[in-house]
Amino acid sequence: MEVELTQIDARHLAARAGDSAALALDRLSIASGEQVAVIGPSGAGKTTLLELIASALQPRRGKVELDGQNPWQMRSKMLQRLRGRLFLAPQTPPLPPRQRVVTAVLAGALPSMSLFASLRSLFYPIDIPGAHAALEAFDLAEKLFERVDRLSGGERQRVGLARALLTPASLWLIDEPLSSLDPNRAQQALSTLTANASQRGTTLIVTLHQVDAALANFPRIIGLRDGQMAFDLPVAEVTPERLRALYAQHEDELATALTRGIPMPEEPAAHGKHASVVTIQCR
Amino acid sequence: MVGSLILLWPLLVATEFRPLQLFDAQSREPTLRFLATMVPPAIHSDFLQLVIRESWRTVAIATAGIALALLVALPATLVSVRVLSVSALSGRMSPAAFLLRQGVRWVLILLRSVPELIWALVFVRVVGLGPTAGVLAIALTYGGMLGKVYAEILESGDPTVAQTLLRNGSSRLQAFFYGVLPQNAAELTSYTVYRWECAIRSSVVLGFVGAGGLGQQLDSSMKMFAGGEVSTLLLVFILLVGIADFVSSWLRRQLG
Amino acid sequence: MSSAKITFQPAANRPYRLPPPLSGARHTAVWFSLGLLCLVSASFISLDLQWSAFFSAQAVGGMGRFIGEFYPPDLSPAFTSKLLYASIETLAMSALGTLLAAIAGLALALPASRMHTSDAAWLRTPTRLLLNALRSIPELVWAALLLISAGLGPFAGTLALACHTSGVLGRLYAEAIENAPPGPAYALRTQGLGGARVFLYATLPQILPQIISYTLYRWENNIRAAAVLGVVGAGGLGQLLAFHMGLFQMAKTASILGAMVLLVVLVDALSYGLRRMMTR
Repeated sequence: MEVELTQIDARHLAARAGDSAALALDRLSIASGEQVAVIGPSGAGKTTLLELIASALQPRRGKVELDGQNPWQMRSKMLQRLRGRLFLAPQTPPLPPRQRVVTAVLAGALPSMSLFASLRSLFYPIDIPGAHAALEAFDLAEKLFERVDRLSGGERQRVGLARALLTPASLWLIDEPLSSLDPNRAQQALSTLTANASQRGTTLIVTLHQVDAALANFPRIIGLRDGQMAFDLPVAEVTPERLRALYAQHEDELATALTRGIPMPEEPAAHGKHASVVTIQCR
Repeated sequence: MVGSLILLWPLLVATEFRPLQLFDAQSREPTLRFLATMVPPAIHSDFLQLVIRESWRTVAIATAGIALALLVALPATLVSVRVLSVSALSGRMSPAAFLLRQGVRWVLILLRSVPELIWALVFVRVVGLGPTAGVLAIALTYGGMLGKVYAEILESGDPTVAQTLLRNGSSRLQAFFYGVLPQNAAELTSYTVYRWECAIRSSVVLGFVGAGGLGQQLDSSMKMFAGGEVSTLLLVFILLVGIADFVSSWLRRQLG
Repeated sequence: MSSAKITFQPAANRPYRLPPPLSGARHTAVWFSLGLLCLVSASFISLDLQWSAFFSAQAVGGMGRFIGEFYPPDLSPAFTSKLLYASIETLAMSALGTLLAAIAGLALALPASRMHTSDAAWLRTPTRLLLNALRSIPELVWAALLLISAGLGPFAGTLALACHTSGVLGRLYAEAIENAPPGPAYALRTQGLGGARVFLYATLPQILPQIISYTLYRWENNIRAAAVLGVVGAGGLGQLLAFHMGLFQMAKTASILGAMVLLVVLVDALSYGLRRMMTR
């Protein structure tokens, strides 16, 4: 799916009037099948951007276009159909306790199921192989029939990601998929997402706290800071200077983001800590 | 002591509280006569058959009434619960949806503010004596109660589960079955079972205004001063309520 | 849209069926629902309900006329003052009935509870049976029974409320007594004090808040019950309703119904407000 934002001014619902806009973008366009990582310090508006694209949040000004259609000019039935073509995975996937993992994963396919099929699936899951394959892709196959409330935080997060593989969506919007995963699992999850997205031609937009993971897996990087776009570049042009500017006054986040990500080589002793790490990542 | 008597005095006057009246000759005699006829309870087979049939009718009125109440309550809940509002997903609920929701809430309040006995009196006028009036009365009052409590239970859960599903394009019913129901199914069922138990008690009372079942039988036996029949009916009634109580608490334990 | 393929080689043995315990539980649930469905259909079939009479054009017309006659409600001063008096009578019935029930309930709760572990409590079972019997007969049935000795009027209604409510309260009180922490009572008993004084000085103070809140809650219920009790002739708004409805005076009936709904809504709002104030 193609995404086009023009002259956007969006504010989160919880924000009071008079605060500075949570997000102000002049122009952002993402082509169909592209894979983009969104990085930036906390509070930069990463989640707001995803919700905006997912038509979960209406911009106060400006235009959102998905495949050339403005969701906010649609009748609610059409809007709901459009929402079926995109998949927004929140950072902590809310899953009802007592539900089985199969059912929770298959819930991703709801937009493509008839009401009758979805009711039948509650009694006897209709696509157990599909759910199994999706879980296996995230190394979670053995939890297929487990109850959701008996999973750890990381396992729940992967269940939320596995949902993506079953949706009929052509746009995946994934919010901080690695926040409770360990480094190995994190790399595996990202490769699964990117591989599957490129195989289906799905547009993939991921917000990431882990700068190194973003740089290693995505060809295009968007840097957000204070609700403004700091840069929108191919990964090769994202220099350490730009990263340092992006995370200025938030250096600790850059550092933890880097160290919590993929295991990295020893850092040269001569350089300052932050700079050196970034150099390594930008080789 | 004096103070409490002064407080009590108006109550005693307003309720025509004259305990001695219970023991004066005029009321003592019929009371004693009636009490005397109460033992032994009537147990001839014709009457027992009648009692069994009427007991079943009492249970059936309650069950059918609750089933119809569900038909009132479930759609009302699905419409009025904010969690399942598609228009509330992206900020404010749309005005039309908001009005519809408030309207449904007011109808539910009206339905349950009129006691079921009054509904039954009205329906007996319209459809005549018999169980139809009882079933309708229970359906309306309990529909209002169930609708209100269901909505409260559903709103108390985690709203983000259904929200996430709706945002990803599920229909309202799908979001209900996959996001809302799994959290609250046990609580909803247990409340419904409890209300079914209450409906059995109610359906006996409704018989007194002519809505069928044990109550109607009790009323007519009492009017004929047939003490033996009255005591049998009372015993059966206590038994029935005891069984309903037992079944309902057993079911709720199974769910909990 | 069909769900897309996933690029990962499947493992050799894949569990494509629900594990037996899980599918067993789901089958049980389905059988149970089917049983319920049977019960419901049996109820509808055996009751020979007259839907045709209810939904036929004639019935709908009759219903329309019936509702039409409610308008305009009788709001003449003479009748409103009568309504006001009946409402006061209803409130008085509920208050006195609850008060009597609280006294009787407490008196019955004492023999119905085991005060301490060495208490033989040989009255416990019979008293509990009595409480259950009082409780399972609804107020309205009590009222109909008591009409014989107490005559028509609010006195019978008050007694009926008291009978049913003492069963309810007695059981709640007994549970409160048995669940009270035994420490203070034990301390007094080891000093050689008798049962009555142990109860008054150790157990009662502990359970008093609970007793008060149960009693208030029942009072709220009893106001609603008192409004309809009169339908069998036991005083209050209900008696007025039965009387005027019997005479087909629909204008008066409408205002009585209005007064009833108003009373119920007021009590609901008041108790909701009070409860919110107390929890805050």
